[in-house]
Amino acid sequence: MGQNKVPSALTIGIARGGLELKQFMRQRESVVFTIAFPIMLLGIFGSVFTNELTDGVTFSQYFVAGMIASGLVNTGFQQLAIMIPVERDFGTLKRLRGTPMPASSYFIGKVIVVFVTMLIQVFLLLIAGVLFFGVNLPTDPAKWFTFTWLILLGSAASTALGIAFSVVPKSGRGASAVVSPVVIVLQFFSGVFFVFTDLPGWMQQVAAIFPLKWMTQGMRSVFLPDSFAAREVAGDWETGRTFIIILAWLIAGLFISIKTFKWDDKL
Amino acid sequence: MSNVISVRGLKKSYGSTQAVAGIDLTIAQGEIFALLGPNGAGKTTTVEILEGFRTRDSGEVSVLDTDPSIKVSAGRNWRNRIGIVLQSTSDAGDLSVQETIAHFAKYYANPRDVDEVVAAVGLSEKSKELIRTLSGGQRRRLDVALGIIGSPELLFLDEPTTGFDPKARRAFWALIEDLRKTGTTILLTTHYLDEAEALADRVGVISQGQIIEISTPALLGGRATSLATVSWLSASGPKSEKTDNPTALISKLSADFPGEIPELTVKRASLEDIYLEMIGGEDGSE
Repeated sequence: MGQNKVPSALTIGIARGGLELKQFMRQRESVVFTIAFPIMLLGIFGSVFTNELTDGVTFSQYFVAGMIASGLVNTGFQQLAIMIPVERDFGTLKRLRGTPMPASSYFIGKVIVVFVTMLIQVFLLLIAGVLFFGVNLPTDPAKWFTFTWLILLGSAASTALGIAFSVVPKSGRGASAVVSPVVIVLQFFSGVFFVFTDLPGWMQQVAAIFPLKWMTQGMRSVFLPDSFAAREVAGDWETGRTFIIILAWLIAGLFISIKTFKWDDKL
Repeated sequence: MSNVISVRGLKKSYGSTQAVAGIDLTIAQGEIFALLGPNGAGKTTTVEILEGFRTRDSGEVSVLDTDPSIKVSAGRNWRNRIGIVLQSTSDAGDLSVQETIAHFAKYYANPRDVDEVVAAVGLSEKSKELIRTLSGGQRRRLDVALGIIGSPELLFLDEPTTGFDPKARRAFWALIEDLRKTGTTILLTTHYLDEAEALADRVGVISQGQIIEISTPALLGGRATSLATVSWLSASGPKSEKTDNPTALISKLSADFPGEIPELTVKRASLEDIYLEMIGGEDGSE
């Protein structure tokens, strides 16, 4: 005995990702909430607001951009900030801590779950948008490039912030009640459900502190014609600033996660 | 034989409460050691310090030649050699028994065969069932399976049979006997005296953060030499007599009766009697 080496952090992390996806798919509520709920919202808003914002830009088109940005927040921040306190309460984290599984493997597993569920959600939103709400997909490769880095960077920031926020809920049972309102308020403030420039000025300023506003604006730069940029707050898509602000939140999220993550409440 | 665990002068307080007030303890390789004591005596704190979950205030601790409080040395390779069964865990139950154990096997360098472990904890029939369908006792056996899947040299069992029915407890004891044969060192905490008696090579009684006595179950608290109670049915009704010389009393009795002495029993203090006397009736917490 003892000749073999403990498996690498990456090997274990990938195994954890697979296991967590399996668990995710078996929880009907979480599948419905994460995957079907955004499409339901798209259906409701797309049916209620059928007006055009400017020539050729429907509210649905505007809304799809916001919902995709929200998807990054739902699958990362919201999912993890609810799931991790539950795992802490159940003792799952403490048990893992007692095994040779390194902490990094746990987080690799979470990143895999977030990334896969995020891709499914975004893909389904795009399909539903195109099929039922006349959403036009961009043809310019530069826009798809923006889309790709927005998804990667936004999802990473959202994941890091979800792990950071997971110390806030006092118990697994109450986690959803603590986390969900934060997300919903941010969605209202960030111009997901309404046209951002129609919101009161103070709301716009509060929203500008948080990353969702920038993810939403970034997604609009992908899905709306460039002529629409004139109707943004700055009269411009502000792509560079979007990148920097989301990156700053990613770094802050990582820093806080490393400093504050708890495996067990009582230790 | 080398010591797997050695502890000297271990202390730990939470605020003004002294949970562990100077414990000395050594456990040899292959030994099964039971830590007995009432709730709040410091059992779990002591064990969690040995497991590397908690820091200590003072004292020396060595577990498999490693200080568990030093993250660098008590890292993955150290964890690979120990198995931990915590007091209570209730994982989300959306995986089957087999899936869960097979997954944990991937954490270790030299895992045991998954099906063999499933069988060892008596869950073969439940292997494909989701964890959420298991009874409390079956979940506890799954906990044990996850503790032993990595073929540990040292196994911590924190109150492993709480909530078991008598049959499940017997089956669990048999499992521990099997582990003994493989040379696994086991540190067990329990408040079931019969469990300590059935399993442990040595027993340590802990009360108010201190170890009152360490002994074999048979000798604990001077049990072997305590007064014996001889009872029998005399012509005038049931009689019993306390004596430190039961053999002499019985041979005297056997002369009085033509054949068998009716309803003869010889009883020494049970481990429980001795234990309750030692901890001074503090075990009223449950």
